Amino acid sequence: MAGDTFVQRLRKIYAIYTGAFLAFVIILGIGEKLGLPSAYIGYAFMFGTIAVYATIGIISRTGQLAEYYVAGRRVPAIFNGMATAADWMSAASFIGMAGALYLQGYDGLAYIMGWTGGYVLLAVLIAPYLRKFGKYTIPDFLEERYGGKLPRIIGIIAAIITSFTYLTAQVTGVGIITSRFLGLPFEIGVFLGLAGILVCSFLGGMRAVTWTQVAQYIVLIVAYMIPVVAISYKHTGVPIPQIMYGQALQTIEQKQAQLKEDPKEIEVREIWKKKAKEIDEKIKALPASWEQGKKELEQKLASLSPEDPKRAEVEKALKEYPKTPAEAKEKWTNAKKQAEAMSKPPKSYVQTPQKPIDMVNFLALTFCLMVGTAGLPHILMRFYTTPTVREARTSAGWALFFIFLLYFTAPAYAAFARSEVLQNLVGKAFADMPAWVQKWAGVGLVKIQDINGDGIIQFAEIIIQADMVVLATPEIAGLPYVVAGLVAAGGLAAALSTADGLLITISNAISHDLYYKIINPNLSPSTRVKIGKALLLVVALIGAYVASFRLAIIVELVAWAFSLAAASFFPTLVLGIWDKRMNKAGAVAGMVVGLGLTLFYMIGSRFFGLDWFGIKTIASGIFGIPANFLVALIVSRLTPPPPKEIQEFVDNIRYPKGAVKAGAEE
Amino acid sequence: MLSKEQLESYWRENRNLMILVLLIWALVSYGAALISGLLNKIVIFGFPLGYYMGSQGSLVVFVLLIIFYAVSMDNTDEKYGVKED
Repeated sequence: MAGDTFVQRLRKIYAIYTGAFLAFVIILGIGEKLGLPSAYIGYAFMFGTIAVYATIGIISRTGQLAEYYVAGRRVPAIFNGMATAADWMSAASFIGMAGALYLQGYDGLAYIMGWTGGYVLLAVLIAPYLRKFGKYTIPDFLEERYGGKLPRIIGIIAAIITSFTYLTAQVTGVGIITSRFLGLPFEIGVFLGLAGILVCSFLGGMRAVTWTQVAQYIVLIVAYMIPVVAISYKHTGVPIPQIMYGQALQTIEQKQAQLKEDPKEIEVREIWKKKAKEIDEKIKALPASWEQGKKELEQKLASLSPEDPKRAEVEKALKEYPKTPAEAKEKWTNAKKQAEAMSKPPKSYVQTPQKPIDMVNFLALTFCLMVGTAGLPHILMRFYTTPTVREARTSAGWALFFIFLLYFTAPAYAAFARSEVLQNLVGKAFADMPAWVQKWAGVGLVKIQDINGDGIIQFAEIIIQADMVVLATPEIAGLPYVVAGLVAAGGLAAALSTADGLLITISNAISHDLYYKIINPNLSPSTRVKIGKALLLVVALIGAYVASFRLAIIVELVAWAFSLAAASFFPTLVLGIWDKRMNKAGAVAGMVVGLGLTLFYMIGSRFFGLDWFGIKTIASGIFGIPANFLVALIVSRLTPPPPKEIQEFVDNIRYPKGAVKAGAEE
Repeated sequence: MLSKEQLESYWRENRNLMILVLLIWALVSYGAALISGLLNKIVIFGFPLGYYMGSQGSLVVFVLLIIFYAVSMDNTDEKYGVKED
């Protein structure tokens, strides 16, 4: 069979590619030993990997419609699995996840379970049926299943909202990684990364994106494993971190129990408590306290002579001083929260939520992340690209397996990092601080200060940012710089692959769903591809432009995207497949209410103090998801059933080929 | 083409499989999280069981569930003579 030789050829190509990549890493490693400066190694990784992705993009360039939109529908299950995994795992998964676990302990597991468990929903409820449907986009499905333009238009709006916030976050991630490792300004890093993204998607659409994502998956998984295997070997003598971190968990529990009673720790915590109180008083005295603080700084600056070395410090403080009383309130509230958190003894790392409301929030967040995963358009779209329904089912399994490899390892990263901090940092003199702490303190990822002035590092004196855990592990494990460069290349691969998938989803929503299907249906296939490519360019530039502002809200918006996708697409897709009686009125009402209610609670609870049952903003979908299902079911039962053609359409996607009268595939 | 009865029983089998898979899915994630405080009292190889279920145990089950689903559906397709090649 011709398909077999295609799969064999792919296997051979990617095996050679993996070998070449490892050889590249080893050569750079030898180079480092011979004295190659670390800046060159960083450049070699960045430009080397981007050049490979670009080459794949150029080789897979296409102007054909089916190739451009669904990679010719011949991506074998295992490769679609890898591409989906790379599409799925963003900079946040690669760099942020282990850090969140480090900081939050058990509570962080909502992300681990949520972002994997969603694939079970996807695999049994949606993916095989979407493949049987066999068109190009999610709005395509909404229109054919429910009839009329309205469901399509709501689908387009929801797809653009969810994908664009997510895209901006990825572009920001690219900028941070390139600027941190190459020392380039953030904005230049963004546009450099953008070039890497565009060269793939622009030339070859889904086809180029798919084959590049497979290559990116290989880079990111290799980069993720090496440091954690090394640190597991360092701590336990066994290089299997996923099994060995149980020991680290025990160390953490013992050390933290000791810290609770340690008099020096208690002393530091008392100082934090006092600090929190002071900030609280300042917040209460706003806006007078803001004016006074500003005046004090200005007077201090005026009193210093122009040559005074302290001047720079005061100038910096003045520059960073809140511009308005409102900004002061936000900044100081955050500072107060941090001081309060630091004033409490560390809670047990494996301790589960104690108060019922905390457990409810944990479960609600897990649920929103799971359902959102199964409702994100850029992931759903990938299941159109397999050759058969059967391969779509298998491919969901492969996708989760490849994602699982990373998520299964993240808790080990977090536990080893925490036990390293507790064992080898706490209790040391400030004078003997390890090199990795000094390096990352320089970029602000670790803040460490001798609060009680005893010259010894206390646990309550260390503030660690989430990103540090993965980035610093190579140095903690004593690995050469080449591994740190590899980790940066892995983070870049994770951000680029997700950005590519999102970019193509947004551009398709506009070019295919809006322009071709609604505004001008008389376009030739080649014009459709050209318009898609032009839009890709425009959307990418807007994404980069928005990212260049570095808005703090972007990280939050990504978490919101899950609740939005969960409350809009998921119920409508599931009901469209599993409930034959569902009609247009029900679906439209459900989507509008689901999306509206979720947005209402998000904005209300984030900005206006709205509070229903103590649910946090991040789990807003917990109201919208059931509301969508409920409203859709009620409205559909009160209105006439869908016409016969649509009921036949449902049969056609439910049953395998040959079971019922076959539907046409474009 | 399958008869109407065959189609109905095919869909019923599919639906029952879906319910079974989602039941296990909910038990290992939400069920285990609800009693995670109790499970944490059991410690295996240094892992408190409640923490382990959230960090790795449920993930393993998720992967196995999708494989189980894909294989079962293949068998069903074959039984009804509609397996894709």
